[in-house]
Amino acid sequence: MNLTDAEVAALVLSLKTALSSLICILPPGIGVAWLLAKTSFRGKSVLNTVVMLPLVLPPVVSGYILLILFSRNGPIGAVLDRLFGLEIIFSWLAVVLAISVISFPLMVRSIVIAMEEVDPQLEGVARTLGAGPLKVFFTITLPLCYRGIIGGAILAFARSLGEFGATIMVAGNIPGKTQTLPLAIFNYVQTGQETSVYRLVFLSTAIAFGTLWFAENRYLKSNSVSIRMNN
Amino acid sequence: MTLHSIGRMKRHILKIFFSVLAFTSVFWGCTNQGNERREKLTVFAAASLTDAITQISKSFESRANVRVYVSFASSSTLQIQIEKGAPADLFISASPTQIDALQKKRMIDESTRCDILRNSLVLVAPIVSSAQLLEPRVLGQPHFQRIAIGDPNSVPAGIYGQESLTRFGVWSEIQSKLILAADVRGVLAYVESGEVDLGIVYKTDVAMSRKAQIVYEFPSSSHSPILYPAAMIRSTKRERLAREFLEYLKIRETTAVFENYGFSAVR
Repeated sequence: MNLTDAEVAALVLSLKTALSSLICILPPGIGVAWLLAKTSFRGKSVLNTVVMLPLVLPPVVSGYILLILFSRNGPIGAVLDRLFGLEIIFSWLAVVLAISVISFPLMVRSIVIAMEEVDPQLEGVARTLGAGPLKVFFTITLPLCYRGIIGGAILAFARSLGEFGATIMVAGNIPGKTQTLPLAIFNYVQTGQETSVYRLVFLSTAIAFGTLWFAENRYLKSNSVSIRMNN
Repeated sequence: MTLHSIGRMKRHILKIFFSVLAFTSVFWGCTNQGNERREKLTVFAAASLTDAITQISKSFESRANVRVYVSFASSSTLQIQIEKGAPADLFISASPTQIDALQKKRMIDESTRCDILRNSLVLVAPIVSSAQLLEPRVLGQPHFQRIAIGDPNSVPAGIYGQESLTRFGVWSEIQSKLILAADVRGVLAYVESGEVDLGIVYKTDVAMSRKAQIVYEFPSSSHSPILYPAAMIRSTKRERLAREFLEYLKIRETTAVFENYGFSAVR
């Protein structure tokens, strides 16, 4: 399959931003999941709702909210511009921002489910043996739920590759700079470049299919967890 | 599950189902006036015609007692939609190119084709910016970082813009500064939001805006003539109505409305 330069650029940009996004949201994702799965505090349901919101909101709405916050005159954008000279909107950082926000709840949900399966008694026993909460987290909780973390990461990665609505809102559709795979497909449909559309649609479907299949079969199957519990 | 709990679950599900049904049925009745009996006309029009055609189609609706649906988008998008079989009765494009393409595919009735309007191209800046009248030659300067334009691969306003900027010799320098929009109103939105330094739109688009100012008007010699042709789609099921609307676009009353918005009527 021969891809044009623009198509390759879109593919590379999609992969680059999805990977960067994954690296950025993994630590806070695990942290937030731990808060939701293992702690209880006032306002926990508010945190849960806020985190899960991008999952239910139309992506263009999430994108619009980000646009308001991060534009040159927006509350966060103005600060970034003044302190670091950073202009997020219309840059590849905006792509990373958009896809991170959209895929974050997907990852957190997956990790929360896995963390909740970790027997709290095991954690409690570790505490009675003198381990501090951080040690318990790294030596007991994390190793027991790592499959959920990997599954959540793969889901987030796949979702990031397919993100459109929020991306086009904050990053525009600039070939080579912010035109990811889905945006490129949309552009080619608009301009009637059918062969490019076919190539990219095939590519996107293959990537999505492969990623999802891999995640579902290796890390998200619930019976793999229950088998270990029975041992 | 006990027999008792199954009954309870069923009742619970039924309760939720009916409350959702009740909730949505409140909105079911919300339609725009009683329009089922009237004939419907579907017009595809270039994005720059949004305000003018909305007003004109409303007066046509009351005159002819019909319902007019208008879809506004970049002319190139509309052309592709028509090619793919979208149910348009009429097409008004911001450039002859799109109508030519449809004509080649025998999708429009050539006898109805007619140029109705002219427009001019301008360079605009956010009203809050300190940019004053300037020459396109200075666009290459580092002071201008982002220039919004319709996609020059398809959007007429982008194509005219490319022609003009190429004529001024700055097109290649500013490539990295370009922010592409799907249609000319998208460019205007970028400029109004202050996210870009400059944008290329039609003079008529700026007239409506309170947040954008003209900093340069491109001479008509620097680009192909900006002509808006209108034509009837061959596959229309409302030929009489479509022809009526096309005639309506040309009468004195209507051209006055266009001129109000800044267009020049073709006589």
